[in-house]
Amino acid sequence: MILSRESRRLRRRKMEERIFRALMAVSILIVIGCLVLIVGTIIWKGLPAMSLSMITQIPKGGYYLGKEGGILNAIIGSLYLASGATVLAILFSLPVVLYINVYTKKRSRLASLTRFSFDVLWGIPSIVYGAFGFIIMVFFGLRASLLAGILAVALLEFPIMSRAADEVIRMVPRELLEASYSLGATRLETALKVVVRQCLPGLLTAVLIAFGRGIGDAASVLFTAGFTDRIPTSLLEPAATLPLAIFFQLGTPFPEVQQRAYASAAILTVLILIISLVARGLGKRYTRHIIK
Amino acid sequence: MEIRPHLSVQNLNVYFDQLRILKDVSIDIPDHKITVIIGPSGCGKTTLLKSLNRLLDPLDGVRVEGRVLVDNVDIYDPRTEVTEVRKKMGLLSQRPQPLPMSIYDNVAYGPRIHNHVDKKRLGEVVEQYLRMAGLWEEVKDRLGEPASRLSVGQQQRLCLARGLAVGPEIILGDEPTSALDPQSSQNVERRLIELKEEYTVIVVTHILRQAKRIADYIAFLYLGELVEHGPAAEVFANPRDPRMRAYLTGEIS
Ligand SMILES: Nc1ncnc2c1ncn2[C@@H]1O[C@H](COP(=O)(O)OP(=O)(O)OP(=O)(O)O)[C@@H](O)[C@H]1O
Ligand SMILES: [Mg+2]
Repeated sequence: MILSRESRRLRRRKMEERIFRALMAVSILIVIGCLVLIVGTIIWKGLPAMSLSMITQIPKGGYYLGKEGGILNAIIGSLYLASGATVLAILFSLPVVLYINVYTKKRSRLASLTRFSFDVLWGIPSIVYGAFGFIIMVFFGLRASLLAGILAVALLEFPIMSRAADEVIRMVPRELLEASYSLGATRLETALKVVVRQCLPGLLTAVLIAFGRGIGDAASVLFTAGFTDRIPTSLLEPAATLPLAIFFQLGTPFPEVQQRAYASAAILTVLILIISLVARGLGKRYTRHIIK
Repeated sequence: MEIRPHLSVQNLNVYFDQLRILKDVSIDIPDHKITVIIGPSGCGKTTLLKSLNRLLDPLDGVRVEGRVLVDNVDIYDPRTEVTEVRKKMGLLSQRPQPLPMSIYDNVAYGPRIHNHVDKKRLGEVVEQYLRMAGLWEEVKDRLGEPASRLSVGQQQRLCLARGLAVGPEIILGDEPTSALDPQSSQNVERRLIELKEEYTVIVVTHILRQAKRIADYIAFLYLGELVEHGPAAEVFANPRDPRMRAYLTGEIS
């Protein structure tokens, strides 16, 4: 009697195990399926419009929605914009995150308030950052320009980067900090020489996530960066961006131009991919010293 | 003027929130001896040790009362520079905590921060302290490798070398052998005995046999109270307090 109850329980546990395995397999399938589907669609639809001139020339043939030439203006514009915004975001994000993790105590009100702010900022839609950036821009008497776009995108990236970096830095064991303090290091020395080194791969990921969101976002640059066929040569000139190029191209009634939108999307995707791979490759070099 | 020891604890009380963890602890730590702090788990040994180089500061809800005098300076005096206090002590923690950098950089960390070593001599200094910690022969060909690749026992000796390189007067060890195998433990114990010539050593342990092997001076903590302290031979032969006696016979542990 007891034996059969045991065996029934065992059967049930095996059953549960199988159900959960199946569920997980389905989820993974959905995730990978989505990725393949999206990338596939972009490539399949964009391929006919893809050519070397897409990435080496600026638009030709009329307005910026031209059917000829390329989108070099948007590629360069996006790279300038996202790089500038990412650097700016790092400049603000890293000090804040190091401060709340190294300088304040675990129960600090200031730290939890800061984390709460990250969460709120993180949830704000990018169009709001765009609108906010626009207000700032007008306040300072700027035109739609690379600079204004960088400011808006930096605002968008800041909470994304900070939250991701915070998650990583929080995992640094207290004993590691104590080891550094016990050698007479100040908090700043500990933060820069120990914490940043220990967290470098995670911090890199945080920067990459933010960069990816920044370079792919259309709404925040809509009012702030403007759009132009030319490649910007100064911070005060307007700049084209890939997301907006895609948006405008898709919005036209011409199938040829719409096709170019998909090609642009493919280029954007590949761009992010390349940057991730390069950054990860660089990051690998610094993982060898990490204390597990 | 009366000669005071390097390190003197006077009426030290430590509170975590409202809880009193250390109760009126007063002790003069004898110079150039190994003082071993023993006591049952949770009695406040780690807390006492951390209070000596202000490692309690970053913790939440801690309050420290009383005085800890290092070379006649109260380390809890607001005018005292905390990094200077910590520089006078090398710490070995329960589990070795190498810094995320190479073996060489670990030892050079302190000298670089305090800038008290001529850059050209840094290599010599690193070698000197690695030798002192008995690690040089094992690592001399791989100084550029990450410290995390060393075995745990080697890591602990690296931490010793790193602590010594700062130029401390006092060495603090919080169960420094608890994560090590017997062989490595012995190795570390031997180092500590060698080092007392030059340094004042304070070691926390819960291994009675280890205490008997290395201690010159014993401090017995029980529930946050310093129940008994004195020269090791005396205390072990003739414990005065009944709780100390019970601990030695293994009735409380
Ligand atoms: N960060 C903290 N917050 C609150 N209470 C703490 C904290 N750290 C230690 N305590 C408490 O202080 C008391 C003493 O702890 P301590 O770590 O000093 O003991 P110990 O003698 O080192 O013990 P063990 O031999 O197990 O290492 C314990 O009751 C513990 O619960
Ligand atoms: Mg302890």
